[in-house]
Amino acid sequence: MVSVGKMRELYADMVTARYYEERLQEEYLEGKQPAFDISAGPIPGELHLAAGQEAAAAGVCHHLRPDDTVTAPHRPHHVAIAKGVDLKRMTAEIFGRKTGLGKGKGGHMHLFDPDVNFACSGIIAEGCPPAAGAALAAKKRNEDAVAVAFLGEGAIDQGAFLESLNFASVHDLPVVFVVEDNDWAISMPKERVTDVEDGSDRAAGFDMPGVRVDRDDALAVYEAAGEAVGRARDRNGPTLLEVQVHRRMGHFMGDPQAYRSDEDEEAALARDSIDRLESELRDHGVDDDGLAGIREDAEARVEEAIAWAKEQPQPAPEDAHDDVFVNPPSGVTTDEPEFELAEVNGDE
Amino acid sequence: MSESEGVVDRELTMSRAMVESIAHEMRENEEVFYMGEDVADYGGIFDSTQGLLDEFGRDRIMDVPISETAYLGAAVGAAQEGMRPIAELMFADFFGVAMDQIYNQLAKNTYMSGGNVNVPLVLTAAVGGTYNDAAQHSQTLYGTFAHVPGLKLVVPSTAYDAKGLMHNAIRDDDPVMYLFHKRLMGIGWMPAPDGPKTPVPETDYTIPFGSADVKREGDDVTVVTLGLHVHRALDAAESLAAEGIDAEVVDLRSLVPLDTETVLESVRKTGRLVVVDEDYRSFGVTGEIIARVADRDLDALDAVERVAVPDVPIPYARPMENEVIPDADDIEERVRAVLSAE
Ligand SMILES: Cc1ncc(C[n+]2csc(CCOP(=O)(O)OP(=O)(O)O)c2C)c(N)n1
Repeated sequence: MVSVGKMRELYADMVTARYYEERLQEEYLEGKQPAFDISAGPIPGELHLAAGQEAAAAGVCHHLRPDDTVTAPHRPHHVAIAKGVDLKRMTAEIFGRKTGLGKGKGGHMHLFDPDVNFACSGIIAEGCPPAAGAALAAKKRNEDAVAVAFLGEGAIDQGAFLESLNFASVHDLPVVFVVEDNDWAISMPKERVTDVEDGSDRAAGFDMPGVRVDRDDALAVYEAAGEAVGRARDRNGPTLLEVQVHRRMGHFMGDPQAYRSDEDEEAALARDSIDRLESELRDHGVDDDGLAGIREDAEARVEEAIAWAKEQPQPAPEDAHDDVFVNPPSGVTTDEPEFELAEVNGDE
Repeated sequence: MSESEGVVDRELTMSRAMVESIAHEMRENEEVFYMGEDVADYGGIFDSTQGLLDEFGRDRIMDVPISETAYLGAAVGAAQEGMRPIAELMFADFFGVAMDQIYNQLAKNTYMSGGNVNVPLVLTAAVGGTYNDAAQHSQTLYGTFAHVPGLKLVVPSTAYDAKGLMHNAIRDDDPVMYLFHKRLMGIGWMPAPDGPKTPVPETDYTIPFGSADVKREGDDVTVVTLGLHVHRALDAAESLAAEGIDAEVVDLRSLVPLDTETVLESVRKTGRLVVVDEDYRSFGVTGEIIARVADRDLDALDAVERVAVPDVPIPYARPMENEVIPDADDIEERVRAVLSAE
């Protein structure tokens, strides 16, 4: 049984993530209209939103401590929020500001917050090996920290994932692989990328537990993740946990989704984990005011982060040259002066 | 002048031109098929396969799981059986996950078999930045792939070139990497500059690899470049013309094979060379072009400059991305520098 207090916390993270992304969407579309131009507006580049996937992030990350490691994929905001990534600095990063998590160098797919051991990558499944590596470090140091790699169901065919499962299993690493099954990998429906319905079945091939939660249910995820994270923390090895979620929007902002049927989209919208958790909370005596209170707090937090981020300075153009190395080789700059051929030839 | 001018009335975007040549080759040859992520129902994230599924069906326009080692490697295997696969990975940045299939299998099997095996495969991918998608989605990596012997490497800058080079790529019996710049494709959500949309003949035609195209003639300085930067160099040349500087713009169109002759001929005329590349500066295209010219005719060179990404990953935020990806102003500045280098 999940306590009501914990349910409220899960709910708070989920509504924070949902509201955050609604606001990002608004900000993103600014300046991109009427003709959508991906490089225009205050947030340029691609933007992958995770509306419909909040239960997976909240349900898993609520078992994690700041010293536990999380690697997220290209759709990272809900996971980052649940892991406790600094919301203001994350937002500043997405707006490309100097005080962002990566000083404006990474953007929304590449958020790094070492304070809570969070990282992500835009290359599919490539967060899996580093998560195994973080788990390896914890094991070698005899610490009880764990690592969690998040990936989509489209990523489970990738070599990096399958190799990581084997590596983690062979070395009994304290790592949990969390597959967020949202039924789609861009335009590819799940049934066309795999003949195995339950991604968690793949665990059997690596002699590790495989668990699937086939509802958009934060509480069920929380319970399943509790076991998986507990197993890792108790040194009983890795787990593959697959969680059914839904993609409420296009793959990225601006994806017209011509490949997707209206029924599929409607079905996704109807299965909302936030609604589901709300009715659980009501069953446990939390009334409208109680729910509204949590939502208002979440919204206030988001508005504060966005307002703060937008006031932050832009990076200077020259900042582009810093941070290639933490230990820059002396005497070498990335914009070295051009040599003059005449001098080299000595013919002047 | 560009070969494409004055040929026909009909203008196409670069993506339409590519698709037209692919469709033509698929009609002519049953052995040609197309494999990649989101190439069927989506029509290619960058419109690179728009409409092909309707005509050719799923057997020949194949969506594949996100398993690059498997499907790029499978394309190598099918090609070795004599089929003519075209395999697409939406961003060149993603090739890394399947690198062995590319630089050890695809590139080397012909040689290691003493020429007894050949790999008639076209590998396509989008390259380039200028839309703030950060370091893992903005690279051009021309140098990386041109560096490995055994891969032909093509980079179109106009619809006319895109079609002719694609016909050639599919008919070629060797592996060809065909890298198209996102900014040139003419997709709705990423406005292209004016240049890439050109007249394109309806009939098929080939543009041989290793034939650089002089996109603008000029007497004072040679600007050598490829891809998006052809258009930036042409813009720079227009502004410089107003200052009385007459720049010649050479579009390489292919890096392997490289048309050193056309570059040399131009440098012999102008005496000054500026090489412009959207890839990282060190160990790349700019160094290679300058080295070849210096090797072959050092006396022809009065001054050289290079304009490229200054050995930093492509940053996300706009001011920093603008700083590292060369624009027309950067090109103009380096052109003025070679002209004052006497
Ligand atoms: C190695 C690699 N191949 C392809 C891509 C392009 N890509 C980005 S997201 C994506 C689909 C991912 O689907 P899934 O793992 O199910 O995650 P979702 O987007 O549904 O959250 C693809 C193919 C990439 N980023 N990296």
